[in-house]
Amino acid sequence: MSGTVKAKHQRLVLVLIALAALIGAGLLAAWALRSQASFFYLPAEMQANPPEEDRAVRLGGMVEPGSLKIDPDGVTIRFVVGDNKARIPVLFRGIVPDLFKEGSGVVAEGKRGADGTFVADNLLAKHDEKYVPREMKDMTADQMRQTLEETK
Amino acid sequence: MIANLGLAALWFAAALAFLQLVAGGLAVRNPGHPLQGIVRPVAVVQGLLVTVSFLILVWLFCVTDLSVALVAKNSHSAKPWLYKFAGTWGNHEGSMLLWVMVMGLAGAFLALIERRLPERTMLATLFAQAFVSLGFYSFLLFASNPFARNNPVPAEGMGLNPLLQDPGLAFHPPTLYFGYVGLSIAFSFAVGALLTREVGPTFAKAMRPWVLGAWIFLTIGITAGSYWAYYELGWGGWWFWDPVENASLMPWLAATALLHSVSVLASRNALRTWTIMLGVVAFSMSMVGTFLVRSGILTSVHAFAVDPTRGAFILALLAIYIGGALNLFALRASTISEGEQFTVTSREGALVMNNVLLSATLGVILIGTLYPLLAESLGAKVSVGPPYFNPMSAVFIIPMLVVMAIGPLLRWRRDSFARVGKMLVLPAIVTAGALALAIGAGMKVLPLLGLALGLGLLIASVLPLRGRKLRTVKLPLWGMVIAHLGVAVALIGMASESAFTREKLVAVRLGDTVQVGPWSVKLDHVSPVAGPNWTAIEANMSASYEGGKRVELHPQARSFWSPPQETNESALVTRWNGQLYVVLGEEAEDGRWQLRLWWKPFVTLIWYGGLMIALGGLLALLGRVASDIRRIVAKDKIAYRRKRQGR
Repeated sequence: MSGTVKAKHQRLVLVLIALAALIGAGLLAAWALRSQASFFYLPAEMQANPPEEDRAVRLGGMVEPGSLKIDPDGVTIRFVVGDNKARIPVLFRGIVPDLFKEGSGVVAEGKRGADGTFVADNLLAKHDEKYVPREMKDMTADQMRQTLEETK
Repeated sequence: MIANLGLAALWFAAALAFLQLVAGGLAVRNPGHPLQGIVRPVAVVQGLLVTVSFLILVWLFCVTDLSVALVAKNSHSAKPWLYKFAGTWGNHEGSMLLWVMVMGLAGAFLALIERRLPERTMLATLFAQAFVSLGFYSFLLFASNPFARNNPVPAEGMGLNPLLQDPGLAFHPPTLYFGYVGLSIAFSFAVGALLTREVGPTFAKAMRPWVLGAWIFLTIGITAGSYWAYYELGWGGWWFWDPVENASLMPWLAATALLHSVSVLASRNALRTWTIMLGVVAFSMSMVGTFLVRSGILTSVHAFAVDPTRGAFILALLAIYIGGALNLFALRASTISEGEQFTVTSREGALVMNNVLLSATLGVILIGTLYPLLAESLGAKVSVGPPYFNPMSAVFIIPMLVVMAIGPLLRWRRDSFARVGKMLVLPAIVTAGALALAIGAGMKVLPLLGLALGLGLLIASVLPLRGRKLRTVKLPLWGMVIAHLGVAVALIGMASESAFTREKLVAVRLGDTVQVGPWSVKLDHVSPVAGPNWTAIEANMSASYEGGKRVELHPQARSFWSPPQETNESALVTRWNGQLYVVLGEEAEDGRWQLRLWWKPFVTLIWYGGLMIALGGLLALLGRVASDIRRIVAKDKIAYRRKRQGR
């Protein structure tokens, strides 16, 4: 008799552990998403309401014509992402995606530096079939410009 | 003409699936119904017809029949033959037809060979299988007809996405589909068993090979997909937590949990309702994966369809299958009697822990994957990446690795930690030693834990073989040991890649030499080259490891012309202790070339580990199937002898 009671008790322990783990997972996920999800900013939004310095975010806009410069090391590039309302300087070390060029759209993933320069770890260019950022799919350069003008 | 034949075969197969559904349903309701006998043959013919339909599509692609809209849109007469052939499933409609064909063949196979279960449960399973297939048939016929015609016929096709022009494509999607379809069969078994309330070891033994098979294919698919992303994208990473990758990882996690719980049910007759629930969850994850990838809600190389009706269709199918199954589960679960009892410190207890931790991992990945879609519908644009996924999955995977080291040493039903503690002294010492060394070296937390636990698990995994004669060890046990070893090996690879990688980003002139880790790499010259449907700039480089013999490397920047697109082809040098990875960038104005180089110690262990996991599954499957066959043969012999004696 006591054997069955014990077994039932053990079963309850397992069910409780399982429930605790699953609820814990849910709560943990909710908390982590609040602090870790990376938000998408347009240049004007970033200027008006800058994100914290070491928070990973994404910045999307047009690469301003004439702003692209390469440092003497040959691999550090600087350019300005703009949306007609604001201009954010961006720094990127690496090999740019094939369709990255002045006057076309880009989404930069990275963090805002102390001096206001956006330090990008990764660039996603439009029409780059490797990965088209969701925000920019189906947009031609002109539509992109239009959308940026319409937003706020 | 031929295309119409393919379409006709598809319609006919769909009609047979409907007949299978009706006949199966009637026979489950009224045992001995006259239509009972036709269920199995209909399932077989249905499988054959959909195969014919698929082969016709393959043929249309091989001869580049441009009167078929799908061929014109995705193929080109100048494409190498392998990609014409593999291009059949390198698009939305073709890949869905492949899925349905695999499903039809699996159903046919099931109808032909499975004789262990009570006939009524078997009919209920085939009924559920027909229900699932019918949804996919209607999806194909009404929302993604692969045989739609072009009028007028175009002069040339539009070509295949260059990123997909890779030998890996020929195998990657079918592998994942075999996995998804295997889980759909497991789902049908679960529904069948719920309908007839026959949940027990026999049911688990019939379901297990399908779960094992599905799991093996998913493991191979994920491993291959990861390697593909690693060398084809040229970003140097092997896992990006891209929603599409998660779409294949989530069913794998569910299948891993199901695999372990179905084993408990088969050998101990415990975890009955839980196994059924996991069967439903695993297939749901396949459907969620299909929805994410095929609905066009995400944009990536995998998302061929950007057609909202298709997304809605898959979502509706998902709701019907999962909603229906969960309803049935709610109605029937309470009538399934409780299984055998066990204590927390037992093999069963450890497997429950494994299941809980896998489910929790699955949960946080699912939430992270769906959150951006949810946020977007509320107007916020967010993305969720490694800063969320890495720590969140580690929180549950790390305790799971500990359970994995202990669990296989515990006895069924009841055991004590004191008994297994002695055996675990060695792995514990290794883990602690590695931890101390790694902390001393100032490693980051996750790679540090990964390396220490990986080394400990490497030893713990072989402990179940302790004190056994190796020649008498059964195949399934070998399978478990090798799969667990594979996890340890992959883990060590991941930790080593993340902790010890050396990276260099430089712009160099011709003739310059770059040092990266132990390698010195020289850029000799750069020249144009041409392939069958592309031209490229190719760098000729030579590399030497610690001053040893020089090896040639040829990274390329390719330009395809149909469709026009550029890709970077990375160059790799593999040694036993790691890989050198080189990507060619752009030419700067002053004539220097951008190069990105990585030395990744032991990175290949990640994929070797993945293959070992799959091999472990294969051994277990072979062992199970062999003993099933032996039992069937023995049964037949007895029946034959009885017959002769009776005469």
